[in-house]
Amino acid sequence: MAVYNKIESRKAPSNSIGFFHWIRENLFSSPLNSALTILGIAILVLIIPPFIKWAIVDANFKGTTRAACTGDGACWVFVKMKLDMFLYGFYPEAEKWRVNLTYGLFFVVIASFRYLKGSMLKLSIAALYFIVAFFLIHGGFFGLTNIPTNKWGGLMLTIVISAVGIVCSFPIGIIFAFGRTSELPIIKSISVTYIEFIRGVPLITILFMSAVILPLFFPEGVNFNKLLRALIGITLFEAAYIAEIIRGGMQAIPKGQYEAADAIGLSYWQKMLLVILPQALKVAIPNLVGTFIALFQDTTLVLIIGLFDLLAMVQLTTSDSHWIGYETEGYVFVTIIFWVFCYAMSIYSKTLEKRFNTNLK
Amino acid sequence: MLAFLRDRKVRGYIFQFLSIVIVVAFLWYIGVNTAHNIQQRGIRTGFGFLSGTAGFAINDTPISYNEGDTYARVFLIGILNTLIVSFVSIVLATILGLIIGVLRLSKNWLVKKLAAAYVDIFRNIPILLQILFWYNVVLRSLPDPRGSIDFFGKIFINNRGFYIPRAAYNSTTFSVIISFFLVIVFLVFLNKWAKKRQELTGQEFPVLLTGIALFIVVPIIAFFIGGANFDFSYPHLNGFNFTGGKVFYPEFLALAFAITVYTATFIAEAVRSGIEAVDKGQKEAAASIGLTGYQSLKLVVLPQAVRIAIPPTINQYLNIVKNSSLATAIGYPGLVTIFAGTTLNQVGQAIEIISMTMAVFLTISLTISLVLNWLNHKMKIKER
Repeated sequence: MAVYNKIESRKAPSNSIGFFHWIRENLFSSPLNSALTILGIAILVLIIPPFIKWAIVDANFKGTTRAACTGDGACWVFVKMKLDMFLYGFYPEAEKWRVNLTYGLFFVVIASFRYLKGSMLKLSIAALYFIVAFFLIHGGFFGLTNIPTNKWGGLMLTIVISAVGIVCSFPIGIIFAFGRTSELPIIKSISVTYIEFIRGVPLITILFMSAVILPLFFPEGVNFNKLLRALIGITLFEAAYIAEIIRGGMQAIPKGQYEAADAIGLSYWQKMLLVILPQALKVAIPNLVGTFIALFQDTTLVLIIGLFDLLAMVQLTTSDSHWIGYETEGYVFVTIIFWVFCYAMSIYSKTLEKRFNTNLK
Repeated sequence: MLAFLRDRKVRGYIFQFLSIVIVVAFLWYIGVNTAHNIQQRGIRTGFGFLSGTAGFAINDTPISYNEGDTYARVFLIGILNTLIVSFVSIVLATILGLIIGVLRLSKNWLVKKLAAAYVDIFRNIPILLQILFWYNVVLRSLPDPRGSIDFFGKIFINNRGFYIPRAAYNSTTFSVIISFFLVIVFLVFLNKWAKKRQELTGQEFPVLLTGIALFIVVPIIAFFIGGANFDFSYPHLNGFNFTGGKVFYPEFLALAFAITVYTATFIAEAVRSGIEAVDKGQKEAAASIGLTGYQSLKLVVLPQAVRIAIPPTINQYLNIVKNSSLATAIGYPGLVTIFAGTTLNQVGQAIEIISMTMAVFLTISLTISLVLNWLNHKMKIKER
């Protein structure tokens, strides 16, 4: 009986494994690729070391005045001293805990959603949160001093505008999405006109309109403050975009769902709210997050109508005679904040997309 | 008795009637209030103000303008400037977006990551912040005119702008420009003819190579036919500033650059998803019937990728036009800056001015969406 010895499998040739193989395959596989790699390395060398040198190595962190900034690098002392302005605007020092408490409560609410069941319960908690947040930040009730909106500013104002914009434009957007897909010709044409009009003009013209023309629309004595006017403009603007996204989601729902809802005798509103909308929202979530990122970025436009959001704070703080000439530090700091918020949201949207993709397959 | 209310049709009519009543009542309400408020505050109405004298200076005008001109001319200059900066940004953003989108699919690991980093960084920074950064930080930090960065003594960059030589309007310039248009028209017909011939006989015609050759040769011939003299006017330092040549102002540069960099990230994503969406089987099928790599790209992959990539790209063009209105933050004289800004401040007729501004943007948007619909219709897969 023949005895067969097991032969050890040979090792892969040394040029097809390991570090050098990876480098050759991925960086230098052809002359063109080698050239591109060298170009890429050159770009990195040109950008990253000088930036690190400026932002960290040569930068000044210690001290409290302009005189402390002696090096060639960034003067982070400026950002440190003006940090309260960047984060809270002119919100009084003693009342800042109210803003912080609102931030904290937000995370408590989000955490509680993990353990709570039932969408009605969640919705009412969210609604309650917004009422509490309004009382906390605005004040004027329950012994809290009123902080007028012209004292709001910085990151806090940016967040307030985005949050109100998202929350208020959502229901309006849903109504217009229903309107646009409606079979009733007049309802449909009203919705189409509104959506296409808003989507055809830049946000800045809507903001100008709400800042300049809106007061003319109402009888004397009805006064809107600047922030409220900006919020109305942003909400009306955003609603049209949300309507289009939700309509896109609704079109992705198979016709059978509509027919099944009709067949079991649901009314129009039952059909839309119980069958179509929940599915449409699920499909639309990645795009909705995309719109929220756009809205968050668009809030910077309020600086043009004279509100002091996070971006406007750069111009305001560098016009302080003690700190003239530190625009670069201000813009870099604000850029990092905006970038972190937007990037986090886009990562979140990508994970949602993945989760829902597997669901559909 | 109320049974007819259960009829779907009847309810539809009632519902629509009610919504008309609400909309009309709302419009009536704000109309009456507005009329009252305008009278109360003594605001003038009508479009008579357009023939009034503007009386302010505009630094960057594509057509002649002086302070004695009318508001109507200011309106026209605003539209032209908005269109110019949008057009330049659209061209540049498309080129940059295409390059980045293709690089994201490169086999080169480093290049792929760099392209992805570019997209992730710039699409997550608000466009207004980018405009202000380029304008207030980068362009401000350039040297003053006396210390200009110069290239061959003909091109200058300083904090007042970017100066290049300008060709005079003479027969040479004219014939070279005409020759470009002629080449484009010729290529359109050549492409049609080549396609037809290929469908009939299977023979390919090297349209791309011919096109590149024509673009180089024909303008050179036209240059000599036109008299071989561009008659350049060169920028030169005159006192504290440059005169002569063509200048691109910092406002224009910052705006066009920021819009390009920002929008290119979205176009790159459209290009990438278009190419990725082409089924792998399509490429394999192309290879198996013996097409070369170039043929498979040109005849199989690109036609399908373009169909997917074009609608989002054109939507980005729309966004570019709308974002160009942010010019107002740095004072580039676009429509919103000099018309909805300066003119509104001087005249105070908000309703007329904002409506005219919105009408211009609506017209541009509707034109672009009509083009998009036409393209979509044309590129729809023709099913038998």
